Amino acid sequence: MGTNVVNALAGVSVRIDQGEFVAVMGPSGSGKTTYMNLLGCLDRPTSGKYLFEGQEISTFAPTELARLRNQKIGFVFQQFNLLQRITALDNVALPLAYGRLPRAERRKRAEHALTEVGLADRMDHRPVQLSGGQQQRVAIARAIVGSPSLILADEPTGALDSKTGVEIMAILQDLNRRGITVVLVTHEHDIAEYADRVLTFRDGRMIRDEKGLGRRADQPTPQQPAQLVAVH
Amino acid sequence: MTATDLFFSALQSLRANTMRSVLTALGIIIGVSAVITIVAIGAGAQANIEKVIEQIGSNMLTITPGQSRDGGAAQGAGSRPTLTADDADAMKVVGGVLAVAPQVSGPVQVILGNQNWRTNVNGITEDFFQVRGWKVDKGRNFEDWEISSGEKIVILGSTVAEKVFPGSDPLNQIIRIDRVPFTVVGVTAAKGQSSFGQNQDDIVFVPLRAAQQRLLGGRLIKPDAVQQIAVLARTAKDVDVVERDLAELLRDRHAIVPGRADDFQIRNTSEIFQARAGATEVMTLLLTAIASVSLLVGGIGIMNIMLVSVTERTREIGVRMAIGASRTDVMMQFLIEAVALSMIGGVVGIVLGMICSQLTAHFAGWPLRIEMSSILLAVGFSAAVGVFFGYYPARKAARLDPIEALRYA
Repeated sequence: MGTNVVNALAGVSVRIDQGEFVAVMGPSGSGKTTYMNLLGCLDRPTSGKYLFEGQEISTFAPTELARLRNQKIGFVFQQFNLLQRITALDNVALPLAYGRLPRAERRKRAEHALTEVGLADRMDHRPVQLSGGQQQRVAIARAIVGSPSLILADEPTGALDSKTGVEIMAILQDLNRRGITVVLVTHEHDIAEYADRVLTFRDGRMIRDEKGLGRRADQPTPQQPAQLVAVH
Repeated sequence: MTATDLFFSALQSLRANTMRSVLTALGIIIGVSAVITIVAIGAGAQANIEKVIEQIGSNMLTITPGQSRDGGAAQGAGSRPTLTADDADAMKVVGGVLAVAPQVSGPVQVILGNQNWRTNVNGITEDFFQVRGWKVDKGRNFEDWEISSGEKIVILGSTVAEKVFPGSDPLNQIIRIDRVPFTVVGVTAAKGQSSFGQNQDDIVFVPLRAAQQRLLGGRLIKPDAVQQIAVLARTAKDVDVVERDLAELLRDRHAIVPGRADDFQIRNTSEIFQARAGATEVMTLLLTAIASVSLLVGGIGIMNIMLVSVTERTREIGVRMAIGASRTDVMMQFLIEAVALSMIGGVVGIVLGMICSQLTAHFAGWPLRIEMSSILLAVGFSAAVGVFFGYYPARKAARLDPIEALRYA
């Protein structure tokens, strides 16, 4: 826009494969948010290419981007971003409504997703009636309800205490183990340690692409101890 | 999202701000109910006028003496005693004429023992009641011979009967009208107020000749003059021909040479009322226009609140877009919310408008006439208001950049 062109990102070339667990790190202004917006198909690159599952999305119209987000990408935000007026179940079912699924099917899938994050007994609660950790789990259920291939988590533990944060990381790792690609933005090193790969950004460039510690978030989720124990 | 989803989602968010929604809808409620009430009042007044025309008959002509000139100054209609009972008799043979009713009238004092009452006397012929749409309730009408001989008999209007004979039967009683004794032979059925608000029943009727000679004689310039002749045409279609033939007859009888003005006036009664009906229609239209302005203001209220709502819910819009809402989805969400708001206002407004119309009709004594068209118009208009004034805020919401919207605090 105008004569001052600011490149938020330049010369970043990254390939993320299906099933990876990637952490994106960097100080504010480093370009990591722009990178996330591109990955999430919220934004299109002004130049360069973004191939999502082999599709060049920089040519997509806004409606096509919306459909791609709806069907392939799940978002988890720092502030949970649940709709306060409606129940946990309705929040989780919302992406399916935009996907134009029949009502009964939506309900069934939303119940399933909430059960998976251990909130089977909180379905009819509104966000205000839930703790921060529970709200984030509702948000994760909303992200996975459409069976996406990519989950983008933007500081998912930023608003939570460390114990709850680890619980959330355990859920994300569990999802990743089932084949969903997870990309996590964080500025906390100990959160990044849970990732298998860490990208570090500075001044609009990627300065490091290294293997992560891949530390296991050992604490099992309350409702599904058996499943997580079985993984070990 | 399906239409049902959008509708329920709209209701949900309207409920989340109940007070705000109610106040916003109030603008539409007032506008719609005002339009419906005013249209109903207009239609009621119209129906009332039609009822009056029906009562007096749309095939009636009224003939009054022409004006006289005193020096250069015109003296109003009826100031010259040019019409007589003989003119009235001559009219009876004109083709298409059903009945002719000449009349004189004036104020008199009615006395019975220590009761007395100031009222008007009408000197009439036997056709009067038919022509003017009166009914003799008790007793009988005058006979032909009683008219020509000027018998001292009287038919009382219902108000006079009640005032002078409270609780007793007036028939065959003798009352004095301005010191002349008259025998009561009948009482008319109550007719109520005239369309001008006068009590039409405060009146007594005597044979034309009796009024001319015994009661109003001194006040009439010519002893056989009549003040008005009402003519009933056979059908409404005959009125124009009868009007022309009567004018011809009178000019002939009054020996008016061609080129000189008539010394009488013939008025078609329905024309008078049609003019009033026209005025009512214009008034209704004007008031409807004013009421529509309040609908417009209500619509602006909706736009205002929707703009506030879009701003407040910027983050929500961002989230919805992130999880897959297209611009159309967001647009439809806010548009349907605006339409729901205005339609709810419209429906409540219709109910309120019907209640107001009912009350007005009840207190004005008019027939209730709620036009289906005004209800359809109100519903259609309020939906249109919702779409029109909801469009801009909805478009604003749809055009938000999801990234900016998600970052909105």
